[in-house]
Amino acid sequence: MSTSLVTSQLPVVLDDVQVRAGETVILDGISLRFAAGPPTVLIGPNGSGKSTLLRLAMGLVPPLSGRISWGGSPATGSSRRALVFQRPVMLRRTAAGNLHFALASASIPREHRRSRVHELLRLVGLEAVADRPARRLSGGEQQRLALARALARDPEVLFLDEPTASLDPRGTKAIEEVIRTLAERGIKIVMATHDLSEAKRLAGEIVLLHRGCVVETGPADTFFAGPSTSDARRFLAGELLV
Amino acid sequence: MSNTYFALHLLLTGDSALWDIVRLSILVSLSATLLALMLGLPFGALIALSRFPARDPVIIVLNALMGLPPVVVGLGVYLALSRSGPLGSWGLLFTPPAMIIAQTILVTPIIAALTRQTIEDLWREYREEFAAMNVGVCRRVVALIWDARFSLVTSMLAGFGRAAAEVGAIIIVGGNIQGFTRTMTTSIALETSKGNLPLAIGLGLVLMSIVLLINALAWGVRRAGERFAA
Repeated sequence: MSTSLVTSQLPVVLDDVQVRAGETVILDGISLRFAAGPPTVLIGPNGSGKSTLLRLAMGLVPPLSGRISWGGSPATGSSRRALVFQRPVMLRRTAAGNLHFALASASIPREHRRSRVHELLRLVGLEAVADRPARRLSGGEQQRLALARALARDPEVLFLDEPTASLDPRGTKAIEEVIRTLAERGIKIVMATHDLSEAKRLAGEIVLLHRGCVVETGPADTFFAGPSTSDARRFLAGELLV
Repeated sequence: MSNTYFALHLLLTGDSALWDIVRLSILVSLSATLLALMLGLPFGALIALSRFPARDPVIIVLNALMGLPPVVVGLGVYLALSRSGPLGSWGLLFTPPAMIIAQTILVTPIIAALTRQTIEDLWREYREEFAAMNVGVCRRVVALIWDARFSLVTSMLAGFGRAAAEVGAIIIVGGNIQGFTRTMTTSIALETSKGNLPLAIGLGLVLMSIVLLINALAWGVRRAGERFAA
């Protein structure tokens, strides 16, 4: 899984970006920089704009104003970034069939696909269910398959939207292990979660969002040791941010 | 009951006139369904995935065409294929190909409209994943048709049902010529008007059996597919 690139996707830079849905402001004045390194974890209450921010950074949602660039380029189409949705949709094929499709979509030559499918299934621990219909896999298995499908694009940056939401501890552990492995391999992980314990376990950098704005951002250990804003302190204390 | 018994006797003894009619009926209906699939599947998928100004009116017209009156289609095809019509030189009037053309026109809107709905529903589900995977347009269409294949079997069956049961169009363009363009539905109409109820009932039984058999096969394929692939 090489990450040496001719056209790098990093850093992903958002400069004073605003996103609206009709009259509703979803994200406002967002300026962030996702550079190579340990995982960046977006935290915040429901409706704070985490999922929209991931879609924006992926290039799926156009900003109303502001600029986004990937490796210094504003081009939105790239095969070197990938997104796993909170509720990934499995294609109506086998687990291996889902990966074959993703590899074909990423223009991987046919003769290389079979070995890549095995490699990806092994990475996420799903070799045993390769021939099972993807929609019949458990929630945790589907999440791991969605991760493998995203990796078919050999991404340099991987966006994950609440990848462990609604999973049991065992499923969560399996997903987190895969995420750590990917981060160790040099893939930039940008993930959203509302689980502070998970954020502590995985994050190298934290971005706290509230009402579509960045409240605080910084290294994870600094953030959890002593947040600098009152909203962040209240959020860490378990108070409701409304 | 005696009529039904006689009809079964005709079937089981392999009455050649009866089986010629059965063969032609199956040939015409399956050919029309196949042609309609070739036209209706991509057309329905294209409308499902396209956005253009007159899209809603096109969908309304397409849905309305599912109720196209067979005699109107028969008349249209008759006028087109008659000697003085624009396609008169083809010499197809009162032949099985003319019947296939008429039934194809009847079945294509059914398959296209049902395909459009099926693909559009699936597209709503897949849209974000495909966008994230950067899937090209052609691959999207093929993938959606493939993934909807078991649902599309129902469209095919609806189309085949329409073709197999249809009488108004093919009696106009086929002429109900004995041994040449006579099908089960046109025969049933003719034999009933002549008072020959045993043959009419026999044909009716065969027609219903064929439709039932094809539906059962399609259902079996669908269930097997869903079990092992979906």
